[in-house]
Amino acid sequence: MAENANVSNDAFEPLGKEEHLDNEKIAAPSLTFTQDAWRRLKKNKIAFISMWILLAILVLSLAGPLISPHQPNNAQPAYTNLPPKIPGVHIPGLDGTKAVDGGRVDAYQQQHVPSGKYWILGTDYLGRDLLSRIIAGTRVSLAVALIATLLDLTVGVGYGLISGWRGGRTDMIMQRIIEILSSVPNLVYMILLLVVMRGSLLSISLAIAISSWTTMARLIRAEALTLKSQEYILAARTLGESSWKIAWKHLIPNMSSVIIIQTMFTIPSAIFFEAFLSYIGIGIQPPTASLGTLISDGQKNFQFLPFQMWYPAVVLMVIMICFNLFADGLRDAFDPRSRE
Amino acid sequence: MAKYLLKRLFYLILTLFLIATITFFMMKLLPGTPLSNESKLSHSQIQMIYHTYGLDKPVWQQYLIYLAGMVRGNFGLSFQFDNQPVSYLLATRMPASFQLGIQAMIVGVLLGIIVGGIAAIRRNTWVDGTMTIISILMISIPSFVLAILLQYYIGLKAGAFPVAGWGNFSYTILPTIALAGSPFATTARFIRTEMVDVMSSDYIELAKAKGLTSTGVVYHHALRNSLIPLITLIGPLTVNLMTGSLVVENIFAVPGIGEQFVKSITTNDYPTIMGITMMYSVLLVVVLLITDIVYGIVDPRIRLQGGQS
Repeated sequence: MAENANVSNDAFEPLGKEEHLDNEKIAAPSLTFTQDAWRRLKKNKIAFISMWILLAILVLSLAGPLISPHQPNNAQPAYTNLPPKIPGVHIPGLDGTKAVDGGRVDAYQQQHVPSGKYWILGTDYLGRDLLSRIIAGTRVSLAVALIATLLDLTVGVGYGLISGWRGGRTDMIMQRIIEILSSVPNLVYMILLLVVMRGSLLSISLAIAISSWTTMARLIRAEALTLKSQEYILAARTLGESSWKIAWKHLIPNMSSVIIIQTMFTIPSAIFFEAFLSYIGIGIQPPTASLGTLISDGQKNFQFLPFQMWYPAVVLMVIMICFNLFADGLRDAFDPRSRE
Repeated sequence: MAKYLLKRLFYLILTLFLIATITFFMMKLLPGTPLSNESKLSHSQIQMIYHTYGLDKPVWQQYLIYLAGMVRGNFGLSFQFDNQPVSYLLATRMPASFQLGIQAMIVGVLLGIIVGGIAAIRRNTWVDGTMTIISILMISIPSFVLAILLQYYIGLKAGAFPVAGWGNFSYTILPTIALAGSPFATTARFIRTEMVDVMSSDYIELAKAKGLTSTGVVYHHALRNSLIPLITLIGPLTVNLMTGSLVVENIFAVPGIGEQFVKSITTNDYPTIMGITMMYSVLLVVVLLITDIVYGIVDPRIRLQGGQS
């Protein structure tokens, strides 16, 4: 043991002053909650692509009046039911011909359309441009979905917060009300409301929101109940913060992931119900285009001019698929536990 | 248990009473009268027609008569269809809707279990990926688009099944497939999540360690335990089927409740709208009650107590 102690001081070398600090250094940049979720979302290719498709559809539908080649409600009786035609493209189905008795006939020549005129997606039974109508219809459908979701968000979050935060008798009564409301088929509310109010953009949004806010309210209440017992809420209360401020500064930010995910699932269901209600004839009223009315119009001619239903139906399906995939990805991004 | 049942029954009746009341007063709010051109009729004719429908009494009396009638299953006379009683109208249309609904539920749920189960076993492989894409597609395609496509491409072009109408079993096949899309996709996604959860639990590890074959593990343990929570889906699936039946029955011209509902909405046949509204509500409330009770029996971990949600 003694020999070992005889190592001369030269054998040691002093460490640099700063070097030991590196051991504690966090190599990865520190990320906020949102940045972290964004990073995970970007890794999910399918959800990320869906997001960009949705953004593109949104921008296109918003820019509709600027880019659509014709007026969506402008009926031209001389040019009804023309098939799609893109100049220079010679693929059957896009060259202005339609199938008649096994062969293909140039419908544009038959109906004496001036040679410069063409409709990229064809025209409907009143001679209205289908592309312009699809763009306008997508805008209406998205508007209904967004208004409905916004209403659903405000009412659902407000109701859930009050119920969960107040607790006790208030909570009991509010939960019984929700229980009763949610045991009525949502179809029944929507149809009754629309029979009484007649279909318009606002009444449809209202009808959809009324039948869907209970899910949001339940989720928010459950979150509020868990968050309520957290120490930082207790601290805020001890410091004398008002309930409003606690709700706004602490509860809602901490629930944001639940709110965002639920919203993302509400939007496609709202789009579905708008199309559904318009399809059975009590939603958006003609001549206003929406994806539902376009599909319903196109169905009448489906046997002869299938494109009139296919195009709006494909747009509707793409929006629905992208929203569902994006919502799935968002849920995984915000809540890594949901992934296996 | 008895106390719980009583409580649930009380809420069930309260719910139905509220729906009936709201429906009644909403219909009273509607502008106009059931007579399309009242000005052409003399005063005494109007009085007579109003008397037939009981519309000459004060609103509160009409309301009480309506409630009393409903308890006995009498929803009044239909404005359309030669004054047939609504209850009779609905009774003739119920069998078709129920047959389609039950067939679609069975087909959708069974296929959903199979597809969801396979996806869970082959988790994170291409099989899982394909199954997930199929179920996302089925969730995203609205039932009416699916119905139109099936009708045209399989019914008309391929001529495999009757295009529309109601007759022998072959008439039910296309509407059943169109209706089954949504329950199928919902079940498949649900079962996959449940199975993945169950497969990582300790008793599955034990079963594997005991040397059970993988089919044995899946069939006897994983699948069985994933099926129990499926009961909670029956309520939402019933609602889905109701929504779907409105358009699917209409497209395939099935003489069912959904087709009748759309017809009465477009013709402002208010007594029939109220009748179907009540029928749907009763159906859903009863289905929810039964599934809750069955779930409590099958899974004793769920305690049946009021006030907990």
